[in-house]
Amino acid sequence: MTITADTLGRDHDHRPWLTRLAHACEPYLYSAPSLILIVVVMLVPLVIGISYAFRDIQLLNPFSGGFIGLEHFRELSRDAAFYGALRNTLWWTGASVLLQFVFGLILALLLDKPFWGRGLVQALVFIPWAVPSFLAGLNWAWLFNPVIGPLPHWLFGLGLMSQPGNILSDPQYAMWGPIVANVWWGIPFFAITLLAALQAIPRDLYEAASIDGANWFQRFFSITLPFLAPTIAITVLLRTVWISNFADLIVVMTGGGPADRTQIVASYIFTQAFKALDFGYASAIALVLLVLLLAYSMLIILLRQTLLNKD
Amino acid sequence: MKQSLLPTVAHRIAILCYIAFALFPLFWLLKVSVTPNDLLYSEGVRMWPSRTTFDHYAFVLRHSSFPTFFKNSLIVSGSTAVVVTVCASLSGYALSRFSFRAKYWIVALMLLTQMFPLVMLVAPIFKILSPLGLTNSLTGLVFVYSAFNVPFATFLMQSFFDGIPKDLEEAAMIDGATKFTAFRQIILPLTLPGIAATLGFVFTAAWSELLFALMLINGNAAATFPVGLLTFVSKFSVDFGQMMAAGVLALIPAGLFFLLIQRYLVQGLTAGAVKG
Repeated sequence: MTITADTLGRDHDHRPWLTRLAHACEPYLYSAPSLILIVVVMLVPLVIGISYAFRDIQLLNPFSGGFIGLEHFRELSRDAAFYGALRNTLWWTGASVLLQFVFGLILALLLDKPFWGRGLVQALVFIPWAVPSFLAGLNWAWLFNPVIGPLPHWLFGLGLMSQPGNILSDPQYAMWGPIVANVWWGIPFFAITLLAALQAIPRDLYEAASIDGANWFQRFFSITLPFLAPTIAITVLLRTVWISNFADLIVVMTGGGPADRTQIVASYIFTQAFKALDFGYASAIALVLLVLLLAYSMLIILLRQTLLNKD
Repeated sequence: MKQSLLPTVAHRIAILCYIAFALFPLFWLLKVSVTPNDLLYSEGVRMWPSRTTFDHYAFVLRHSSFPTFFKNSLIVSGSTAVVVTVCASLSGYALSRFSFRAKYWIVALMLLTQMFPLVMLVAPIFKILSPLGLTNSLTGLVFVYSAFNVPFATFLMQSFFDGIPKDLEEAAMIDGATKFTAFRQIILPLTLPGIAATLGFVFTAAWSELLFALMLINGNAAATFPVGLLTFVSKFSVDFGQMMAAGVLALIPAGLFFLLIQRYLVQGLTAGAVKG
């Protein structure tokens, strides 16, 4: 039975114990539907998924299902496609986050000053954020398609391509397709967050700095950046985790191809489960990804602690 | 104070570049969807075709399964939005108004679900739902999407409840109402904007979800819009006009939601500006 500190504090509570019990249960009753959903659909499958990593589970093989220990992980350590996927994940996450952040920051700075028609401009540049991710992927895949899209012809016209081909089937540059789509889709998110932070900076600081003769760059580096730093840190870190798990664009645009050159770990897990129907192996890769993400999060927390202690 | 012209011009040009970049893909989607098939290749890189047609839309609406996909997606996203909003208002209220022993653990659990890769759950969820007959069914999808969206929606609702003063329900309870009556009749009506925002966010999230729908649904009868569109693309990859017409249709609900919330987005930012 649970007795809350709230109830314990009232020694002179003369209500019958049944009422007091009901009172103590109240917050749990409110939380129950959400908690049951989360536990049944997320926590239980998570635990089962971890157990799959040590079992031979193949959907099309009725004789599978046995416990095989670390066999999947041994196989994984020899799997060249997996190491490729790890490298691609770093490349995909790093490039996407950096470009989204830089262009998002520039956009936020552009929108920070009031000007005629700002509301309309804001609405227009934030539109990609509302486009469903699968449609963003398809849309960019079509733009990169030389049959129907203009981009290959423009790149050819600029002399960047020897012939108007599809960048998504070129092993060397294919990753740029999903990255460009991701940047297009993610700029508004960074811009919205950073704009909100920018507008919370007291205006008098800028006026004071201007009076003292500081130019735009001096004001940016000594006022704007320090004020934005906490928001930037949190947004970039959370976004890094999110983007490294974000497989939709890759599944839609390239399916991991050509020759696994755009396969990231998250899309590799999905391909193993969805195409190869090898649930055991998929869960083993997922477990490794989970451990890597946990390590990353711990690193962030440690870093934050050290930074906080320094101040 | 007279500003020099050059920075202003540079500022406007930069803004125009951003607008062009943001809108161009969607413009191209629209352009190809209204281009007649015979002009599709001959006028490939022209900005606007010399003739336009709505044939692709007519075909997609009359002779394809897209109306079914659209309906399925509406059912799934609508039900998910309602289920999540009901659960999240209750749990958000609990987190906002009560201090109880397990609160810390509930918050930790919800944060945890936001951190780990959902793609991990693809295989186990399929294995669990399959014997229950919930694969290839819209109910199964609603169930799964609801759980995925509840944590974020709970935090969202909690922040709206935090904005309402506690005295309101305390006054009602002095007048003899139970806490639940006070919640239903006083607090909930005051959080209507929050409820609308939660409904909208969850609806759009469910509308966009692809990977679990691909895994759990096969066959046209229960396919949601993303699954249907992707199957269509891999099967009939030459009917660009029709694919893009279907793509424009997929934009409609998300676009409506954006129009709805866009005002609040700008409003929220301006409120921040006034405060600063």
